[in-house]
Amino acid sequence: MKKKVLTVDDSRTIRNMLLVTLTNAGFETVQAEDGVEGLEVLEESNPDVIVTDINMPRLDGFGFIEGVRQNDRFRAIPILVLTTESDAEKKNRAREAGATGWIVKPFDPSKLIAAIERVTA
Amino acid sequence: MDMNEIKDIFFQECEEQLAELESGLLRINDGDTDPETVNAVFRAVHSIKGGAGAFGLDDLVAFAHVFETTLDCVRSNKIQATPELLKVMLKSADVLADLTAAARDGVSVDPSRTSTLVKELDAFAKGTPLPASAPAAEPVVAAAPAAAAPAPTDESGFQPVPFSFEGFDDEDAAAEPPQQDADGRSVFTVRFKPRSDLYAKGNEAVLLLRDLARVGDLQVICETEDLPAIDQLDPEGAYFSWLIRVETDKDEEAIRHVFEFAEWDCLIEVTPGADEELFSVHSDSGEDLPMAPVPFDLSMLDEEPAVPAEEATPSNVVELAKPAAAVQEPAAAAEAPMAAPNLPRAEKAIAAEAEKKEAAVAAVPAAPQTIRVDLDRVDRLINLVGELVINQAMLAQSVVENETGGSSAINLGLEELQQLTREIQDSVMAIRAQPVKPVFQRMGRIVREIADMTGKSVRLVTEGENTEVDKTVIDKLAEPLTHMIRNAVDHGLETPEKRAALGKNPEGVLRLTAKHRSGRIVIEIADDGAGINRERVRAKAIENGLIAPDQNLSDEEIDNLIFHPGFSTAEKLSDISGRGVGMDVVKRSIQQLGGRISIASKPGKGSVFTMSLPLTLAVLDGMVVTVANQTLVVPLTAIVETLQPEKADIHAFGPSQRLIAIRDTFCPLVDVGHILNFRPDLANPIDGVALLVESEGGGQRALMVDAIQGQRQVVIKSLEANYTNVPGIAAATILGDGRVALILDVDAVVTASRGQALSSEMTLSATG
Amino acid sequence: MSAPGNDMRELIAFTSGGQEFCVDVTAVREIRGWTPATPLPHSPGYVRGVINLRGVVLPVMDMALRLGMKQTDPDQRHVIIVIQTGSQLIGLMVDSVSDILAVPVADIQQPPDIGHHMDRDFVQGIIPIDDRMVSLIQLSALFGFLESEAA
Repeated sequence: MKKKVLTVDDSRTIRNMLLVTLTNAGFETVQAEDGVEGLEVLEESNPDVIVTDINMPRLDGFGFIEGVRQNDRFRAIPILVLTTESDAEKKNRAREAGATGWIVKPFDPSKLIAAIERVTA
Repeated sequence: MDMNEIKDIFFQECEEQLAELESGLLRINDGDTDPETVNAVFRAVHSIKGGAGAFGLDDLVAFAHVFETTLDCVRSNKIQATPELLKVMLKSADVLADLTAAARDGVSVDPSRTSTLVKELDAFAKGTPLPASAPAAEPVVAAAPAAAAPAPTDESGFQPVPFSFEGFDDEDAAAEPPQQDADGRSVFTVRFKPRSDLYAKGNEAVLLLRDLARVGDLQVICETEDLPAIDQLDPEGAYFSWLIRVETDKDEEAIRHVFEFAEWDCLIEVTPGADEELFSVHSDSGEDLPMAPVPFDLSMLDEEPAVPAEEATPSNVVELAKPAAAVQEPAAAAEAPMAAPNLPRAEKAIAAEAEKKEAAVAAVPAAPQTIRVDLDRVDRLINLVGELVINQAMLAQSVVENETGGSSAINLGLEELQQLTREIQDSVMAIRAQPVKPVFQRMGRIVREIADMTGKSVRLVTEGENTEVDKTVIDKLAEPLTHMIRNAVDHGLETPEKRAALGKNPEGVLRLTAKHRSGRIVIEIADDGAGINRERVRAKAIENGLIAPDQNLSDEEIDNLIFHPGFSTAEKLSDISGRGVGMDVVKRSIQQLGGRISIASKPGKGSVFTMSLPLTLAVLDGMVVTVANQTLVVPLTAIVETLQPEKADIHAFGPSQRLIAIRDTFCPLVDVGHILNFRPDLANPIDGVALLVESEGGGQRALMVDAIQGQRQVVIKSLEANYTNVPGIAAATILGDGRVALILDVDAVVTASRGQALSSEMTLSATG
Repeated sequence: MSAPGNDMRELIAFTSGGQEFCVDVTAVREIRGWTPATPLPHSPGYVRGVINLRGVVLPVMDMALRLGMKQTDPDQRHVIIVIQTGSQLIGLMVDSVSDILAVPVADIQQPPDIGHHMDRDFVQGIIPIDDRMVSLIQLSALFGFLESEAA
């Protein structure tokens, strides 16, 4: 069965890149534009792994991750943070919020896929 | 979808982000202190940087990064958003827009433009950082010193370092392995003890060990001595640790990489060499999953996610601290504060923020759903609806002509058809309606540029930017608006010194307003400058032969002379406001949109330019009239009233002029048939109808037509599409009988009636 | 009818003012009957006005008058050749459409220089067909007045 990835990113550009990359790699992809929509889509789509941006309107990546972790159904789902932030503080906060790992933009498709495979069974 | 399409999307998105950026900066400039505004501004730049990075647009990335760094300082209250900083940021927004456009068009931007701003932004970012800014990352430094080291942020050093997954390909180890056997392979011992946080964050010990198996050959011992009795077992606790012998041709770094995601939530030790005796005891089978040699059922780990919520004990924090304390490693002391209830201040702040966010989430109303549609499709729909309207009218007319009116069913059906057609038309028009915001936002930049060039200090205030109007109108609005804004700053506002001397605020205010009024959009450009210098205007008009030296003109008439075709063309224009274009051309272009423009000015107080435009360029409410056997449509908005002239009302005035008495004023009479060259002689006013029209700046005129057929909405068809513009005619339409009728350009006709021949008027407008 | 090769040109021939002319078939969008046109003020005399071509406002030109001959007094028998030039559509009012010709390029002769503006400006070449003579119209010259004003 295809693994399902939920991507959360407010940039149309990045959403499209993720969609193309993940679809080509054989993943099923569902997308959301911000943390609020991400939490909504999460409920109905039941993904295997989540890739999320940090800087987003309405609810940012930190809040989104915390929201996911508070949901009993998803508190152990792998969450990868996709961010241009390379500094430690941002990673740190993402981790405290409950992120599983991170990928630094601009991402290389093969690295994205490798990271997803690394956190999913 | 391919990369080129995504690139197109990126540039589209950039435009939206740039607009967001500018409007946010302007709001902050106006005193908006909502943190979300700064966040939105930051996100805009951040998003552009992110996309640009993906496409390797290095210039854009580099500049966006510096900009973003400074914005981040503002966002985290490290520096203040002073007016000086905002000025630099607004300039940076302009440069960012230029860099984006350059990247899209594959050209480059003069590096000197960016380098100055980079220095300025950098200075702001470094200038006054608050001393309290650093300790946020403190508590974890002990646990992960390498990761917590502050990243260098100087502009040259920016290089997003992608996380490396090389651990599982066969990359050459850079450092010399400490202990190599004959094959060049090294042996390490890895002690891996997860804390429950590791599982809580979606990591899996099993998966990590699987990854480790890709680095080299493993021998694994699972240590279970921490496992409590079953009645004390916390289902979410972490009780196992692993001791792993790794034989690999890679280095220690490759091993650590495997645990990078997990390094803060587990104890991980990598030491060269291994206690071969210990491992030899357990090495019955090395080829299976790392777990295999461990005589322990790991299934509970797999089931962990399925544990019902109720079983998660409320005293979670205490339980978590327990296994950590049991670890006899010095690092445990450093880890403890993270899980302890007395969270460091920064973490509390994050938690509080998260709570606030959650509250905000609940309050945010669902955003309206939108789809993106190709403009071509909408235009095609609009054209088709236009045809439908014409067809419906033709059908109605032929029913009337065939006198099948006896059947009420047909009439009823026709009526319903008409109603539906109208509704469809309105709905389709609404699709293309757009807020004027993007155009207004562009004006901000125009103001900044010209203020810079003229040394004036200007604040642009916009109101009603969400007022909607048809996209075709918006597209054509930018140019006349640009000229008028330039004109207002260049000619309207005084220099700061002069303003100060006059007791005015040295900073001039330009107010740009949009609103709907009686089915039209009204846009005002008001400045608080010197107002029209009527002496000079009058003198210039006399000099250019526009008025006689002794002509008596009202203030309003003098002000409106600036729109006269002969006025500014003779003036030596400053290249800022003019670019060779006078206000007459601005007026013409607005008239071509079916719009009007007027000016009201108060000496010393400033001027207000008001333009009123139709909400759409697709349909028009018109009065259908007959002139010299031709059917013409006169825009209803231009008509003040209709009159049936009496012989006694008509007075000859000079050799060829006639005036009509309306109440107690005399209004020039204009024979439309004659002025359009449809008939050589003037018609007798008594035989026709007079339409009293108001033209911008020209006062009132009575337009003579032969008869009025009725009022109706018509679909506007461009004459320019297949022909060229026709003096005195604004556009064409198709009537119910299937024939083309022309739509009168009232202002052009009125202007022509003042002695300006229509054709020469056309030549002037064509030069614009 | 087989497609003409590179050395052949396919042309639509028509009569206007009693003379025979032709235009390249690729420029012709359609041919339709005459309908009364709405006159345009302040336009050259050869512009008869505009008609409704299925929702498109189509300017119609009196071909004979444009070529410097007598003004046409149009009736039901006259036809309008709808020409596409660039993105614009323009109707040519002519007496009738007479033929579709496939002519070898080699048969198209240079028009003789007789100093009259019609030949010099509008006729690109002349083609002998049996005992007839057909003049090939230079369309860009015909509509040149539009471009200069629209610019």
